[in-house]
Amino acid sequence: MFVALRDIRFARGRFALMGAVVTLITMLVAFLYGLTGGLAADASSAVARLPAASIVFGSPQGTALEVSFSNSSIGPAQLTAWQSAPGIGTVAPLGIAMSRLTSQDTAASVSVLGTGAALLPPLVSGRAPAEGQVAVGAKTARADRITVGSRVTVGAQTLTVSGITADRSYGHAASVWTTEPTWQRVSGATAPSALAVQPGSADTAALDRARNTRTVSRGGALAGIDGYSAEQSSLRMIQGFLFVVSALVVGAFFTVWTVQRGTDIAVLKAVGASSGYLVRDALAQALVLLLGGTLTGAAVGVAGGALLSGGGLPFALSGATVAVPVLAMVALGLAGAGLAVRRITSVDPLTALGASR
Amino acid sequence: MTTDEGSPPRVVVRLNGVRKEYGGDARALDGVSLEIRAGEAVAVMGPSGCGKSTLLNMVAGLDRPTSGTIEVRDQDLGKLNETGLALYRRHHIGMIFQFFNLIDDLSALDNVVLAAQLTGSSAKQARRRALELLDELGIADRKNMYPAALSGGERQRVAVARALMNRPALLLADEPTGALDSRSGEQVMDLLIDLNQIGQTLLIVTHDPHLATRCASRLIEFADGRIARESSLERTA
Ligand SMILES: Nc1ncnc2c1ncn2[C@@H]1O[C@H](COP(=O)(O)OP(=O)(O)OP(=O)(O)O)[C@@H](O)[C@H]1O
Ligand SMILES: [Mg+2]
Repeated sequence: MFVALRDIRFARGRFALMGAVVTLITMLVAFLYGLTGGLAADASSAVARLPAASIVFGSPQGTALEVSFSNSSIGPAQLTAWQSAPGIGTVAPLGIAMSRLTSQDTAASVSVLGTGAALLPPLVSGRAPAEGQVAVGAKTARADRITVGSRVTVGAQTLTVSGITADRSYGHAASVWTTEPTWQRVSGATAPSALAVQPGSADTAALDRARNTRTVSRGGALAGIDGYSAEQSSLRMIQGFLFVVSALVVGAFFTVWTVQRGTDIAVLKAVGASSGYLVRDALAQALVLLLGGTLTGAAVGVAGGALLSGGGLPFALSGATVAVPVLAMVALGLAGAGLAVRRITSVDPLTALGASR
Repeated sequence: MTTDEGSPPRVVVRLNGVRKEYGGDARALDGVSLEIRAGEAVAVMGPSGCGKSTLLNMVAGLDRPTSGTIEVRDQDLGKLNETGLALYRRHHIGMIFQFFNLIDDLSALDNVVLAAQLTGSSAKQARRRALELLDELGIADRKNMYPAALSGGERQRVAVARALMNRPALLLADEPTGALDSRSGEQVMDLLIDLNQIGQTLLIVTHDPHLATRCASRLIEFADGRIARESSLERTA
């Protein structure tokens, strides 16, 4: 680190500039991470936070089967077969549909989930819905001035609010919860969309084969939310691009820097520095730059994100989640710098001699 | 260096039939054999292109002979790999160049400390010795200046301090006064003489007969990659 740190001090302008670039890229990555997380929660938290290990999708015998909440339905025979399977833990029918909630003079898009009380998010007040009742999320209740006992219209059905739950959402719309039969009336469906299952020791693969169903993990079921995969993968692609860009930028900087100090490297070798020493020194220099840049960027990203999510933007970023992009930036930056400083090993110390400088 | 009265000082450098070819029929060194003993100050002179720098680079372990052997302190340089040669330079060789070759990004003091830093000696000790050396060389007040702000003579003195930092067995100098005005040149010569008087072994390549006669105890004259003449010198200063 002897030369590394003194280099940085001497060429502080150049290193500050490069550090600023790393900071800005990290900020961008942190924002994107927060946005990806926020949008993911906004699109999927009603499913992602269900207290069930697996989701079972189904379609009538002999028809094509896909992981999609909007194209799946569980017929009565399939439901019975799952409920009576030997070793099965719990099986709860789950209906999901998009609808509209009207209360007094306000209206909002909502996702309606029909299922048993066991799958309901934690209640803030009131109780789980019975037939003809609905539980709404705290945010919706606040925005629409809904309290326990209010009458609201969901779709074409007028329901009584039985309780206020913790906030969940599905397909970027706040979730409201009701029983499965009431859900059928609201949505016009004649069968639940899927099953939320604790498989226990049941042979789910055999059930899937026999009953034309498909069991996926709760996380895997998120792919069944319309637009979820496309949205997430496009955001992740942008993140990936940023990682590659940062590795290339850092690599390019250290390539130019290494070429620029080629004579210094030759002199250092001539006075007895080994290639290993010089490469370690250069990598330490890159590490200092990367840590400085990424930590600043991450701090700004988290702080800025907190402001944004206060303003209602779907944004979810914590110190722990931001560690992932920071570590990725540092690792990829080091890889880029590593490729760049490899050329140190091929510098011939003889070029130092007689060179006029 | 010697223990027994009367026995000749030990051999520091021994070249045996050293040849160096750079492809084609160009032959930079053509069978050079010589010995340098501890405490000697050897000057190498000769026309441009006769192989003086090539010889120095070989002894420094910066270049390898096409054939022949070079031993420094009984160590055959041909048996060392790149890292071994770096280690050898670090511990046994001090070098001064015509154009100083200081690191621009380091202050005068750090340029000197650097040499000890490479050997892994303690930062505090290294700093103390570097300050001592700069003081002895009369440039202690320049310690925090960067090379770009120093005069040629000052730079060369920083380079000498760097070369001496690890107490090298052999100090190599390639045209050490070549880029200096005559006054700075004389100061560097004084320095070399003082160093030799306290036992430092020197190998100096120069075009300047004045430098050779002032500083050296032995003169080796090169021509076309061979030793043309060797003579003992009575120092004039
Ligand atoms: N890297 C090289 N490739 C090809 N030829 C070289 C190389 N280095 C030196 N030579 C040749 O070897 C010969 C000796 O060069 P060297 O630098 O040792 O001369 P010198 O005696 O130091 O000359 P000067 O007094 O001008 O510094 C010259 O003919 C030179 O052209
Ligand atoms: Mg030369």
